[in-house]
Amino acid sequence: MSNAETANYNGRKWRKPPFIKNPYKRWSLIIISVVYVVAAFATMEVDWQRAYEGLERGANFILSFARPDFVTRFTEISEGIIESLVMALAATVVGVAISIPIALGAARNISFLPIYLICRMIIAISRALNEVIVAILMVAIFGFGPLAGFITLSFSTIGFIGKLLAEEIEKSNKVQAEAIRSTGSSWMQMINYGYQPQFMPRLIGLSMYRLDSNFRHSSVLGLVGAGGVGATLNTAFSRYEFDTAAAIILIIIVLVVLLEYLSSLIRAWVQ
Amino acid sequence: MLRLENFTKQYATGDMALKGVNLEISSGQVVALIGPSGAGKSTLIRCINRLVEPTSGSALLNDINLTKLSSSALRKARRRMGMIFQEYALVERLTVMENVLSGRLGYVGFWRSWFRLFPQKDIDEAFRLLQRVGLDHMADKRADELSGGQRQRVGIARALIQDPELLLVDEPTASLDPKTSRQIMRLITELCTERGLAAIINIHDVALAKMFVQRVIALRSGEIIFDGSPEDLTPEVLTNIYGEEDWEATIKQEENGNSENGEADKTVKDK
Amino acid sequence: MAVKINNNGQKIWKRRDRRAQLQNWALWLIGTAIFMFCWYQISKATNWYFVWDAGRIASDIGSRAMPPKWSYINELWKPLWDTINIATLGTLLALIVAIPIGFLAARNTTPSKLFVRPIALIIIVSSRSINSLIWALLLVAILGPGIFAGLLAIAIRSIGFCAKLLYEAIEEIDRTQVEAISATGASNMQIMIYGILPQVMPTLAGLSVFRWDINIRESTVLGLVGAGGIGLQLQGSLNTLAWPQVSLIILVILFAVLISEWVSAKVRGAII
Ligand SMILES: Nc1ncnc2c1ncn2[C@@H]1O[C@H](COP(=O)(O)OP(=O)(O)O)[C@@H](O)[C@H]1O
Ligand SMILES: [Mg+2]
Repeated sequence: MSNAETANYNGRKWRKPPFIKNPYKRWSLIIISVVYVVAAFATMEVDWQRAYEGLERGANFILSFARPDFVTRFTEISEGIIESLVMALAATVVGVAISIPIALGAARNISFLPIYLICRMIIAISRALNEVIVAILMVAIFGFGPLAGFITLSFSTIGFIGKLLAEEIEKSNKVQAEAIRSTGSSWMQMINYGYQPQFMPRLIGLSMYRLDSNFRHSSVLGLVGAGGVGATLNTAFSRYEFDTAAAIILIIIVLVVLLEYLSSLIRAWVQ
Repeated sequence: MLRLENFTKQYATGDMALKGVNLEISSGQVVALIGPSGAGKSTLIRCINRLVEPTSGSALLNDINLTKLSSSALRKARRRMGMIFQEYALVERLTVMENVLSGRLGYVGFWRSWFRLFPQKDIDEAFRLLQRVGLDHMADKRADELSGGQRQRVGIARALIQDPELLLVDEPTASLDPKTSRQIMRLITELCTERGLAAIINIHDVALAKMFVQRVIALRSGEIIFDGSPEDLTPEVLTNIYGEEDWEATIKQEENGNSENGEADKTVKDK
Repeated sequence: MAVKINNNGQKIWKRRDRRAQLQNWALWLIGTAIFMFCWYQISKATNWYFVWDAGRIASDIGSRAMPPKWSYINELWKPLWDTINIATLGTLLALIVAIPIGFLAARNTTPSKLFVRPIALIIIVSSRSINSLIWALLLVAILGPGIFAGLLAIAIRSIGFCAKLLYEAIEEIDRTQVEAISATGASNMQIMIYGILPQVMPTLAGLSVFRWDINIRESTVLGLVGAGGIGLQLQGSLNTLAWPQVSLIILVILFAVLISEWVSAKVRGAII
């Protein structure tokens, strides 16, 4: 260390280096964000008077969690909940069954280009369309009832499982599969022996996860007439029967927690 | 300056890591703490600044009993004790300068630390220390971009900017290559001399310990079994500490090391 | 897997031994029975007369919906802007609430494992279990229809999601970095901002963008229950059976979703 290097640092300023180095970019980003937030609030039409009047009702609703009413609409609630569960379960089974071939087709490493493109498109459409919109269309086509909800949930399961499973297959170890292939096996045999053992644990994990998210989704489909407990909930809210609504919400929460716990158990058991 | 009386630690698992350790270290004294892995070296150091709560006994720093302090008084006391870690323990995603300045957190308020508005004299001192450890040109680099030796230098600067009277050093060289290890040990001991700091340096490399300190303490199963000058570490003593081995080589290596290092790399820089 | 020796002294190989095989069959049997029960329930509640007609109805709707009524787009800009605002402001609001809840819920930062942590976990679970459309339904009943209800619904649903991912990240941080900061004599708040926040920052940024992307999708349908955004127009068009408008709205929603997915992928790429 030379003398020149023992410079005097006294008074040298230090500031944390900014996240975006270029000051023009940084400031324009900040200004755009501020302008956006201001504009968003300015164009938001809020009826504060109405909102203020609602506070009392809000307090009522929160209080109704202390005395949820399971009894008055017991039949509707129990039928709705069972219907939701049934839809979720059936849709998970069918959705997973369909998504396996689609995932195989959508995995670049084992599929052929035309099939790959078709499968990827199915996955993309399924992921882009919100369940509720699909449910509306299905109700229009198949009529009111759980069948529309079942088809909706199966369809969205395909997008979810198909994408993640295809990624898993693309990641999987080629050597194992090639070893099987080199024994002179067919394509089906190669999938069955070379790839299936690799993606099976992940598939089971994803299916279990999907079961509980299907149940969560199934509770809203009733709002558009596609079956499940949503219809009962909708009626309860529109009649301001908050204690019934609170009961339904509590049941949903408990069931979701139970399903989540169950699925974590099964996932741990598989891995 | 530091006095441990009947210092004891029993972990929740039942391990007696320290069994009534008595120890006195005077101002400005640098002590190497050696002993086999699991002897309780880290526990001893961590119980002094209460990163681990000791079970009984007392630790007196300038006649203040650290074990009895309230949490705010403990924070004040911790400012007087700098700590250096084996794995450097830098906050990886902060810059070198922020890591060094974090040593001043005990002295500045919350909002100043939130906005990185440290007093100019702290910033001056940080630059001086970075220059002393040879890293002044890296102030705005992120800590995870540095090499092991460079990180440990930042760790040293962070401990020193606290303006401590005592350094607690836990295996400072265990993750470094032999040459860098030596440079880091020299840097620490030189800085202790310059600033008149006392230090406890945990180290498992006996040769390295003998090279740089005047007093060695050996710990085995939570008890002090040796306390003396490096010359008294005869093969018999080492066998008593670590068990049966051929210790002649270790002792030789240290002598060679001493002579070879007398004049050579005085400057401490690795880039 | 089991290898057995048969009467002739030959080895025979079976994938599973007898008990495992029985168990396997039993599981399949139970599974099939449950599925059959579910299917029976669904089909009992279905009017199959309608379903046999589905193909004709679908093609009928399809032909009515095509081509989309392009001129209607001019009435969609404002609802689209509202939809984006619901999602963006809702995500911001959710983050403001979720960050403290995340810290209260993480085992290593919670002030009390017995009282505070369970409360934080209950908030997280309740928020996550209820779909944003149901929250919207509830808030419309309480606050009246409009964007504000939608924004709050999105925020409430997102709190649990963000707080859950955040507290899991907090529980996985490197503890020695935190210890190093505490050893300097820093206060608890300072330990939080120097030792913990930098470590969870990438997770926090990633999950915000991720949730924003999801929220764009969810806010497109909030209008169905009166909570503002483009769903309102969808509801109106469906009620009047204006299929060309419905098809245009769905196209616009798809487009918005694709853009948001692209933006979030870009931003995540820039952060990580
Ligand atoms: N967090 C802990 N919980 C339980 N036991 C521990 C913990 N840390 C260390 N120990 C035990 O305390 C003893 C001393 O450990 P340590 O102080 O790390 O030794 P050293 O640093 O000398 O290798 C060991 O027996 C170890 O198993
Ligand atoms: Mg140790």
